[in-house]
Amino acid sequence: MAFESLSDKLQNIFKNLRSKGKLTESDVKAALKEVKMALLEADVSFKVVKQFINSVTERAVGSEVMTSLTPGQMVIKIVNEEMVSLMGSETTEISLKPSNEITVIMMMGLQGAGKTTTAAKLASKFKSKGRKPLLVGCDIYRPAAIEQLKINGEKVDVPVFEMGTKHEPVNIAKAAIEHAKSNGMNVVILDTAGRLHVDEDMMNELAKIRENIDIHQTILVVDSMTGQDAVNVASNFEEKIGIDGVILTKLDGDTRGGAALSIKSVTGKPILYVSTGEKLTDIEQFHPDRMASRILGMGDVLSLIEKAEANIDAEKAKEMEKKMRKAEFDFNDYLESMAQMKNMGGMAEILNMMPGMGAQLKGAQLPDEKALGRIEAIILSMTPKERSNPSILNPSRKYRIAKGAGVDIAEVNRLVKQFEQSKKMMKQFSGMMGGKRGGKMGRFKFPF
Amino acid sequence: MSEEKKGFFAKLISGLSKTRSNIVSGIDSIFKGFSKIDDDFYEELEEILIMGDIGVVTTEKIIEGLKEKVKENKIKEPEECKELLINTIKEQMDIGENAYEFENQKSVILVIGVNGVGKTTSIGKLAGNLKAQGKKVVLAAADTFRAGAIKQLEEWANRAGVDIISGNEGGDPGAVIYDAVGAAKARNADVLIIDTAGRLHNKKNLMEELKKIDRILEKEYPNVYRETLIVLDGTTGQNALVQAREFMNAANITGIVLTKLDGTAKGGIAVAIQSELSIPVKYICVGEQIDDLEKFNSEQFVNALFTQE
Repeated sequence: MAFESLSDKLQNIFKNLRSKGKLTESDVKAALKEVKMALLEADVSFKVVKQFINSVTERAVGSEVMTSLTPGQMVIKIVNEEMVSLMGSETTEISLKPSNEITVIMMMGLQGAGKTTTAAKLASKFKSKGRKPLLVGCDIYRPAAIEQLKINGEKVDVPVFEMGTKHEPVNIAKAAIEHAKSNGMNVVILDTAGRLHVDEDMMNELAKIRENIDIHQTILVVDSMTGQDAVNVASNFEEKIGIDGVILTKLDGDTRGGAALSIKSVTGKPILYVSTGEKLTDIEQFHPDRMASRILGMGDVLSLIEKAEANIDAEKAKEMEKKMRKAEFDFNDYLESMAQMKNMGGMAEILNMMPGMGAQLKGAQLPDEKALGRIEAIILSMTPKERSNPSILNPSRKYRIAKGAGVDIAEVNRLVKQFEQSKKMMKQFSGMMGGKRGGKMGRFKFPF
Repeated sequence: MSEEKKGFFAKLISGLSKTRSNIVSGIDSIFKGFSKIDDDFYEELEEILIMGDIGVVTTEKIIEGLKEKVKENKIKEPEECKELLINTIKEQMDIGENAYEFENQKSVILVIGVNGVGKTTSIGKLAGNLKAQGKKVVLAAADTFRAGAIKQLEEWANRAGVDIISGNEGGDPGAVIYDAVGAAKARNADVLIIDTAGRLHNKKNLMEELKKIDRILEKEYPNVYRETLIVLDGTTGQNALVQAREFMNAANITGIVLTKLDGTAKGGIAVAIQSELSIPVKYICVGEQIDDLEKFNSEQFVNALFTQE
């Protein structure tokens, strides 16, 4: 879906207007129609979009835009600001009681939203903060749901409390809290069954848990790909059970995630975390401003930088940079930078976060993860000496490496050649860059 | 056929009765208050379509087409215009006569989709459905990734009373499929249904894995009827279109299973997918019981699209 980014579209609209010197109301309206389309394409609820456009129009028709030299950017700025303010301008953490009390958290949501996985991710997060979490299997309906929770609990090394599928969830929850008390655990996470917001019996089950147990936080887990129905889901859960916070899942897909805006504007409750992958550590803080850019299709550079920072050892990066400058880069470094990129979620994910890249690069040929794996195998088949001094690679050595890596000798040759080329390129680059140090982005390099 | 239709209607009504008191009168209520066809009227239609997740692009296409037809046929009454619209979508969503050919032949059904759309559950229901028709069904639990997925399918196999071939969690899905094909041949199964791990369509290596599965089937189980169903969550918005497009690159998709339609979501994105990619919806899911999987009925679907609470 070759989305033209919203910024491009707006620039186009305003391109011809500059000469007029002044924008008219109808120009702004035309621009906001594009904004409206972008929001609808991002699955923001129709009603929310309508309201939103009205409030933006009010501001945009005012003098702010009219006198601006770059009206396109001005409109985007206003849209972005309004959106951030709608989504809450601050990041919020899940609130926990002091460690000497038990915090009970209830996860709820539709089927397949990702409650069980998210519950385990949360538990792991709390654990790393020094809390003692307990996961509780309250999904007595879906076949193997408890099994799934147990396996995930094991993976993150958090105990799981369950009573099989024959007890009422409210009783399981009660027993779990007792269990937590006597075992010194202080965060109890209830994983409830997926349910439709219109299924009265099932909603009553949750209401009953809420009534009988002192629940500190109820968390609605929502699939970020949800469409127009997100509003119905959120308002029903809010009305019938009450929501304290929201977690958005599957944000590692390419959805724009307009549901986030709909839910926030309908419930007013904060979005706490976003879940961005299948690994049980893939849960991140929610940043309203970044989500705003994403919904508008403007990329998420901030998250990218942060990811790079979290995954790249600053010392190592400095050392690497020095090596690159002097073109002393060898296969050991190559291997290391590959590992760093993998930590960041691979090439595709990095590119996806770049403004405008997500759409444009769709379908473009990226070096796929398998090819990277083969390169890794080739390098690992070299002796330490060969890795640090590739110039000694003669045909007999290459033959041995190819055999060791289980690849064709041509692939080894190609890699060595590529390596020499990138070394050359780096020499040129470092010449070009002179003494000027880049900002944050300058600190990591792609291994190509 | 008529019996099947009745079953479908009853099921849908009961599935919908949780939310909607009256499915038929709802359609008309939207169009009340319009005495002539004007911009407001079209805007109202547009709103209904977009709120049903049909998406801006497809909605505009539909409305443009409608406007032309209204002009051509000199239609004056909103009522007529409404019928025209509903019939157009109905026709478009109508599935061909050979949609369920796999029921008549020895076949293999590959089931794919992103995470959490209801693949395993749909397979359980489909297995029950085919078994009830007297078919010999074998399931392959090739979702070796998600914790508990194999157990979940085993439970469904139990409920449906069909055979299941499974490997170990974390194992190679290709190996499971290889074994399952062997079992299907040996046991002379009519239908082999393969459950795959949920995968986001933008994860390249996972899509490659899907291609590999496709190749194994092509090679090991030739000359059987191939059906590849993509399961889409009915509550999904515009991303479902992207999903379908990307999955098409990895496998030859022959139909859609649209799940979770017993809530308030309309699943309108299926209209966009049909219009852009020509993939028909073949089944819908309206509940969690084993018989809550129904063959698609365009009439019911479109009516529901135009029903508001």
